[in-house]
Amino acid sequence: MSDTIIKVDGLSKKYRLGATHGYKTFRESLVNAVKAPFSKSREREEVWALKDVSFEVKRGEVLGIIGRNGAGKSTLLKILSRITEPTSGRVELRGRVGSLLEVGTGFHPELTGKENVYLYGTILGMRSSEISRKYDEIVAFAELERFMETPVKRYSSGMYMRLAFSVAAHLEPEILLVDEVLAVGDAIFQRKCIKKMQEAASCGRTILFVSHNIPAITSFCGRAILFEGGSVSYAGGVEEAVDKYLGAANAAADRGRIGLKERQDRSGSGAVRLTDFYMLDGAGNRIGEIRSGSTVQLAFEYGSADGRPARNVELQIVVSRYSGDRVFQFGTRFAGRSFAEAPARGRIVCRLKRFPLPPERYRLDAYLVSEAVPADYLQNAAFIDVVDGDFYGSGYQVFEKETPFLVDGDVSLEGAP
Amino acid sequence: MRIVITSKHKFTLSELASLWHYRELGSFLVKRDIKVRYKQTALGGLWAIIQPFFTMVVFSLFFGKMAKVPSDGVPYPVFVYAGLLPWTYFSGALTAASESMVGNANLITKVYFPRAIVPAAAVLSGLLDFLVASTVLAGMMLYFHIGLNPLLPLVIPLTGLTVLCAAGAGFWLSALNVEYRDIRYTIPFVIQLWLFSSPVIYPSSIVPARYQWALALNPMAGVLKAFRAAVLGGQALDWRALGISSGVILLLFVSGFLYFRRMERTFADVI
Repeated sequence: MSDTIIKVDGLSKKYRLGATHGYKTFRESLVNAVKAPFSKSREREEVWALKDVSFEVKRGEVLGIIGRNGAGKSTLLKILSRITEPTSGRVELRGRVGSLLEVGTGFHPELTGKENVYLYGTILGMRSSEISRKYDEIVAFAELERFMETPVKRYSSGMYMRLAFSVAAHLEPEILLVDEVLAVGDAIFQRKCIKKMQEAASCGRTILFVSHNIPAITSFCGRAILFEGGSVSYAGGVEEAVDKYLGAANAAADRGRIGLKERQDRSGSGAVRLTDFYMLDGAGNRIGEIRSGSTVQLAFEYGSADGRPARNVELQIVVSRYSGDRVFQFGTRFAGRSFAEAPARGRIVCRLKRFPLPPERYRLDAYLVSEAVPADYLQNAAFIDVVDGDFYGSGYQVFEKETPFLVDGDVSLEGAP
Repeated sequence: MRIVITSKHKFTLSELASLWHYRELGSFLVKRDIKVRYKQTALGGLWAIIQPFFTMVVFSLFFGKMAKVPSDGVPYPVFVYAGLLPWTYFSGALTAASESMVGNANLITKVYFPRAIVPAAAVLSGLLDFLVASTVLAGMMLYFHIGLNPLLPLVIPLTGLTVLCAAGAGFWLSALNVEYRDIRYTIPFVIQLWLFSSPVIYPSSIVPARYQWALALNPMAGVLKAFRAAVLGGQALDWRALGISSGVILLLFVSGFLYFRRMERTFADVI
């Protein structure tokens, strides 16, 4: 009898591709049933979202789960929270499970804040006596005392998420599953959430924490598991797991240098795809790295799948620090541009003046939309190296990792007015 | 507390216990459905009366006055209303239950709980409307001078049977609806056919005596007939028809629940 609280053994989950696209109809089923004996092999594309995953978690442990999109993290949590069943394998849980997979599902827009606290609380598995006991605490945590008699459809999205998270945060299961919920609310509220979770952890609760937010993982978790392609590729110390994860991301970006075209780790409809990325200086010459303070042009070549002109094309980019903190986003929307007609193959160029980041390595995510449908999304489409470029023109340097931003400005001395 | 998750599922009694464990969630879903039903409508709860009442008026005009459908010696309006009252509840509950799984898809893909709670709550939440609408029946009985019948308390178990019938059919249809959206389009049609094959507009006495048993195979037929006999009196209760219908209802309920249970495991992936 050890104090193992979660035991996952050979867990696999298979999805049939296309099975969830569009609904089955009786006719299809009938046609298939008739056809089945005659077709030798029914070709169906199958995807293993999880393949032979095994690990154990001890009571009171805070385990981080990292991996790229589609690596199987969310499927794992869905199985652990019994929303979906595994195809094979076994999980043993010794305690009540609470999951924060997506806060706010179960809120009904027509009901008041108070009614929703009770409804959502019960959905998450709390007793109503338990909710009554914690009600004031929940409301105070969400900072919504004055709005509890208002239907939540009148809430702002921030208020809505705060209330939902607050209810969920007051759940007291032995095992807590958390998936990316910290992306809720403003920075102050996020800090409050982390604190709340740390409290839960220090009370001996076991927490499984899925996130892309590397700083949150490293500061919060005692151990981490790295998922790659549906299986565990590393389990152990957080630092090592994060290094391996970033290393894998790095390799993906290196592949990106060969051309974005070949990258498989992308999502979106594929109607329009990014085919190449490179950087140019202000004059249009290719560059390999950016000098702080210089003008830089980020060029994205794209092509439409059907070779016809693309319509209503939008490009957004997110630049993050190597460790994962987002630094800025930019794109057509922010620049107030829209491309109603775009040639079948072309290039979208983002021109950034006086590049305001200090020397470091950054990641670039790119997101292409065509006719309001996500067409292509590439995490870590490229890595951007910034080198010192005398931003201030004074020769004074901001050293690597000293502060994340450089600002355009001047200082003057004036007499008393 | 120990939970084991595997791909194999056997039905055990502990699952019934877990259903009981989640009863509070069930009652909250019922309350939610009731609270939300008439939000932002001008007439609010009056809709619970308006629907069966005006159906009664229209049926009385066309079937009672013009087509002269017999009504077992009771004034046609009160006769037809006594049938429409349980029928309106039944058809509403069945429709709500059938749509309930798809309507709560966001819950089903995000949170675990025994899924059977969802259609069950949809069926139960219609009972309040049923109660409200039954006040009209009381009013009509006063107006037409129909005295209280000693069999009246039977209305309670009969309502229970109606609930079971709606739940049983609701389990079947809601589970099928998850996978085959064809169900959505067949429901109004099924309900219409079911109405005409049930003694709502007409008395079951127009069916020849030797075919009465066949009529009772329609589970709602025996219930509706008994409901009328219990409320309006004037007629002996047909225990045989009620027995047959009850048997069919039990079969429908158990088979529906088992089918639902079998499909439940894949709901989150398919819905």
